[in-house]
Amino acid sequence: MAEIEEEDFMYDYEESDDEEDEDEEGDFVSDGLLREDSVPSGSKLKAEWQTLSPDQLSKKMFEIVDDVNAVFQLPTPHVRILLTACKWDKEKLMERYYAGDQEALFREAHLIHPKKRNPNPVIVVRAQSTSTCGAAASSKQEYICDICMMSYSTDHMMGLECGHLFCRPCWNNYLTVMVMSQGRAQTLSCPATSCDIVVDEATVLELLTDGEVRKKYQYLITNSFVQDHPLLKWCPSPGCCNALLASNNVEHEPVSCSCGHSFCFKCSRDPHEPILCTYLSKWLKKCDDDSETSNWIHVNTKECPKCSATIEKNGGCNHMICCNNSCKAEFCWVCLGPWEPHGTSWYNCNRYNESDAKSARDAQMGSRAALERYLFYCNRYMNHLRSSKMEAKLYEMVHEKMKELQQLGMSWVEIQFMKKAVDVLCLCRQTLMYTYVFAYYLKKNNHMLIFEDNQSDLEIATELLSEYLEREITSVSLDQLKIQVQDKSKYCEARRKVLLEHVYEGYDQDFWDFTEL
Amino acid sequence: MGGASHAYKEMAFLKRLKKEYMELKKSPPPGVVLDDSVLENNITNWIIHISGAEGTLYSGEQFKLNIKFNDKYPFDSPQVTFIKPYLPVHPHVYSNGHICLSILDRDWSPALNVSSICLSILSMLSSCTQKVKPDDDSMYMRFAPSNPKKTTWVFHDDSV
Ligand SMILES: [Zn+2]
Ligand SMILES: [Zn+2]
Ligand SMILES: [Zn+2]
Ligand SMILES: [Zn+2]
Repeated sequence: MAEIEEEDFMYDYEESDDEEDEDEEGDFVSDGLLREDSVPSGSKLKAEWQTLSPDQLSKKMFEIVDDVNAVFQLPTPHVRILLTACKWDKEKLMERYYAGDQEALFREAHLIHPKKRNPNPVIVVRAQSTSTCGAAASSKQEYICDICMMSYSTDHMMGLECGHLFCRPCWNNYLTVMVMSQGRAQTLSCPATSCDIVVDEATVLELLTDGEVRKKYQYLITNSFVQDHPLLKWCPSPGCCNALLASNNVEHEPVSCSCGHSFCFKCSRDPHEPILCTYLSKWLKKCDDDSETSNWIHVNTKECPKCSATIEKNGGCNHMICCNNSCKAEFCWVCLGPWEPHGTSWYNCNRYNESDAKSARDAQMGSRAALERYLFYCNRYMNHLRSSKMEAKLYEMVHEKMKELQQLGMSWVEIQFMKKAVDVLCLCRQTLMYTYVFAYYLKKNNHMLIFEDNQSDLEIATELLSEYLEREITSVSLDQLKIQVQDKSKYCEARRKVLLEHVYEGYDQDFWDFTEL
Repeated sequence: MGGASHAYKEMAFLKRLKKEYMELKKSPPPGVVLDDSVLENNITNWIIHISGAEGTLYSGEQFKLNIKFNDKYPFDSPQVTFIKPYLPVHPHVYSNGHICLSILDRDWSPALNVSSICLSILSMLSSCTQKVKPDDDSMYMRFAPSNPKKTTWVFHDDSV
């Protein structure tokens, strides 16, 4: 049998003891990676999180493994597999290990209890196998590898504690197939038939020669760590390799990665305040299911209410001017009503008139009313979705304006208010978009009336800000423009905060009535 | 992969197949006969005759196995099927010749070989107590891929 020192099976992470972190809390602060203020949020529950680079991530994983191993003294992969079975809750694992049924714990993790292991594993390969195991091997002896049938001297053979020896090229090949074709890393075992001795990562990395395969192996290990750990999430931004580690109270709040991408921690989609993940899923599915119907198409195509020319919306603003030169009608994109009343007092555009709906319900079948109600909210939702898809164009437009302002004598620092205003505009539109999903699933009560007022206020404020940003620069003096844009964007932020806080208060105090899912 | 390791792979693959071939020809397990008339043309496609063991339900019956190796063999399991119409009526053998046997799938190990596959199949036949088709045979026939390795097998009962 090949002599294998016990150390080979232990991960020897010699880290200074001061790294020990009994309380995660302290860890969060000391890392200096707190980013709780980077996403303006109306949420009362303040979640904390930190971005972990791939290196920090595997360091974090080994910290936990080492903590447990300091007590258990088991091979690293075993500890990792046990931790996976306990969702990386080391307290829970310790408790089960010492208080509960150890054998059941190991069985659940598909491991053999180290004390129950057969000391003389049987090789089931072939009766007249040349590669005997357990026999004292002189170093000059030639072995025939049971996988490739080629003979090698002892030092080209490798085996784990079970004593099954195979040549190094075969080990490499075997591990490569397991990692690349089967995506296995966590539970790689000895290639001998029915032998379930797990290969630890030090050995895997020693045996694997190809850089790509090693990379995939390490990725699979950290990926299973992130997927099984309830407080870890990969940043969904394409090309970003970071993961986010959240504190305990993270729920549906948006978090943001150090790469700049914000997302919902729970569902990894773009931030979707104030609607909850479950209702959003429901909504997206509904939109998908209905997307083929003619009703939905009707929501997406519009004609000028005056001359019937097809309208192309090329900016975010709802104030439309028909491009037909002989028409030039001004109207609102949302309700197709004349624009004039919108300019001074907001047209009743965000509110689905429940009394109208009621009479419609009375007059017609219930399904028809339900469809109308859906189309109402869908229409507004789609409108904001369309605007958000034009964000890049908006930023480009504002960038041009900023250059123009610079030429007119403003400094680079001074003109940043424009960029900030677009950020606010996009954020408000995003929130507004989801308020219609929220409202769709809401049952009418007094709080809903307050919510609709807040929504209406935010719509007006956002629309005004959008107009100010699209306005020709020459039309006002520079200082005036700056003050107006800043005022409008501050007002938008304030309205958004009021709306979100009210919604979250409702979640906390349970005053929203939702339609059943 | 470097050129050296590629050469090793090809050599290991052929060497192993040739060695298995020689051994199976020289000292085949009881009830197993290698059909080398087919083998001449293609070392990666084998046909093996299997006889049901005496004193079992399949005593006196002859079956034919087709074993196809891909270049990942022995790290990836070979594709093993019974050839129609030489297939046994057995709860783990489907009408298209596919076999539900865990060592051909989840429990494959590169240290297994053709001889151990044949022995496992013989023992699967010998331990059978009732000659019936699999419960889900007609369902499987409708959706089965041509390569059994593409099927997700559920191994309910290893004792049969
Ligand atoms: Zn072994
Ligand atoms: Zn070998
Ligand atoms: Zn990121
Ligand atoms: Zn979510």
